[in-house]
Amino acid sequence: MTIATDLPVETATTELINFRNVAMTFPNGVTALTGVDLTVKRGEFVTVVGPSGCGKSTLLRIASGLTSATEGSVTVGTSRIGYVFQDATLLPWRNVQENVELLAELNGVKRSQRRAEAAKAIKLVGLTGFEKQLPKTLSGGMKMRASLARSLTLDPELFLFDEPFGALDEITRERLNDELIKLFTEQQFAGLFITHSVSEAVYLSTKVVVMSGRPGNIVETFDVPFAYPRDPEIRFTPEFAALAGEVSLALREGHS
Amino acid sequence: MSSLLQRPEAAIPTKHQRQRQRGSLPRWVPPVLVFLGILAAWYFISYVVLEPAVRFLLPPPHTIFSDAFFVQATLSDILVALARSAGVALTGLGIALVIGVVWAVGMSQARWIERSLFPYAVILQCIPILALVPLIGFWFGFDFPARVIVCVMIALFPVVSNTLFGLQSVDKGQRELFQLQKANRWTVLTKLEFPAATPAIFAGIRISAGLAVVGAIVGDFFFRRGDPGIGSLISNYQSRVQGAELFAAIITASVFGVLIFVFFGWLGNRFVGKWYDSGK
Repeated sequence: MTIATDLPVETATTELINFRNVAMTFPNGVTALTGVDLTVKRGEFVTVVGPSGCGKSTLLRIASGLTSATEGSVTVGTSRIGYVFQDATLLPWRNVQENVELLAELNGVKRSQRRAEAAKAIKLVGLTGFEKQLPKTLSGGMKMRASLARSLTLDPELFLFDEPFGALDEITRERLNDELIKLFTEQQFAGLFITHSVSEAVYLSTKVVVMSGRPGNIVETFDVPFAYPRDPEIRFTPEFAALAGEVSLALREGHS
Repeated sequence: MSSLLQRPEAAIPTKHQRQRQRGSLPRWVPPVLVFLGILAAWYFISYVVLEPAVRFLLPPPHTIFSDAFFVQATLSDILVALARSAGVALTGLGIALVIGVVWAVGMSQARWIERSLFPYAVILQCIPILALVPLIGFWFGFDFPARVIVCVMIALFPVVSNTLFGLQSVDKGQRELFQLQKANRWTVLTKLEFPAATPAIFAGIRISAGLAVVGAIVGDFFFRRGDPGIGSLISNYQSRVQGAELFAAIITASVFGVLIFVFFGWLGNRFVGKWYDSGK
């Protein structure tokens, strides 16, 4: 496996993730992924849907370097990677401001600079005014916003999302989807997003990748034609419903 | 239930409200009633059950004040002894805290250290320290250092086990967050593991504080040299059959134990109560 950070310019500007025939077998012999080919280019927002335990999260962990693939080649074209976990993973003893500053702090950024970066990120996710609040006083959605803001301080070229909104209620999830689309159009990062929800997948992405159950591999890929910024209303259009239907069908076929 | 219906706005009762709603009595009333009951039983035993000749076995409560606490010489004996015992207990607790935290941090840093050292923490917990006390006297004399060592040995285990538990209970996602930024061990320890462990460490200190007081008194029973503490005083009063004084000394030692427990509870709450969600 290679994680290349200094690729030739033309490659670096296009492909941020390139998985070729990637497989992953855990030490206990369970195969999580097999024969996965996946690319995420600049300007793309790719969402992976699949049943529980199909290795979706493992894909992200390989892309971020938390885990290594056991087979195949993995190329990641940037070191500026944001990773949003399933839980907000805020440090409970730090307030919002201090939590958002954490990654810059770990990277040795000076106090005044990281304070400014954090303030900017907090503003982007709409948490201005909550800087001094401790995580235990925040709702689930607000915790997730803080978590997003924390990753935004890295100014990521590639954003990895591991079912970030899975634990939120429907309304909060939809609102955060809208704001994520806004961030995607404004901040110009490439996204790789994991979810259970077909409608969330179609709504957010430029491309939806459907994975089958264990061992996980990609069964079908759909291009999503809708332009950004997306109107929340497109979720009720026949085109949206038709595409979501196709994705669901592929998901069901891959599952059986 | 009726009070719930009367207050529909209290749909989500606060902790305090819930306690109030359960019974109509204020919170402090039941323990006071129990206390009065104990006093009544005490008087009954002193005056009715016990013959005057053996009344020293359980002197009536007021005589503990009239014959001991209000007697200047006795009171000053007790307070001086208490101060010495407190010095021993707090010194022992402080040393146990330092050794315990260092020990646990060491074990948390490497599997092999944990595997090598944890059994000894458990063994330390299992050996009856009282059995070692004569040996400690043999090696370290019968003075202040020996008393402190007894305290340390008794108070050490809760600090070690709670600190280790706290350090290891860090959320996996939080750990990976640090890992993704390539944070080194020291950074992970100081910015993640140690802060995350503070609630558990304080819980350990609170248990150890009570044990350190026990250690100081036990040390007194065994080591008769050096400055006598409250344990020596208790044992003297007992051998001189001074019932009221004996009870006064015991009550003083107990109150000290409670105070030290409450103090460390308060201290822990000050440090972590703000952010720690103990309800989780």
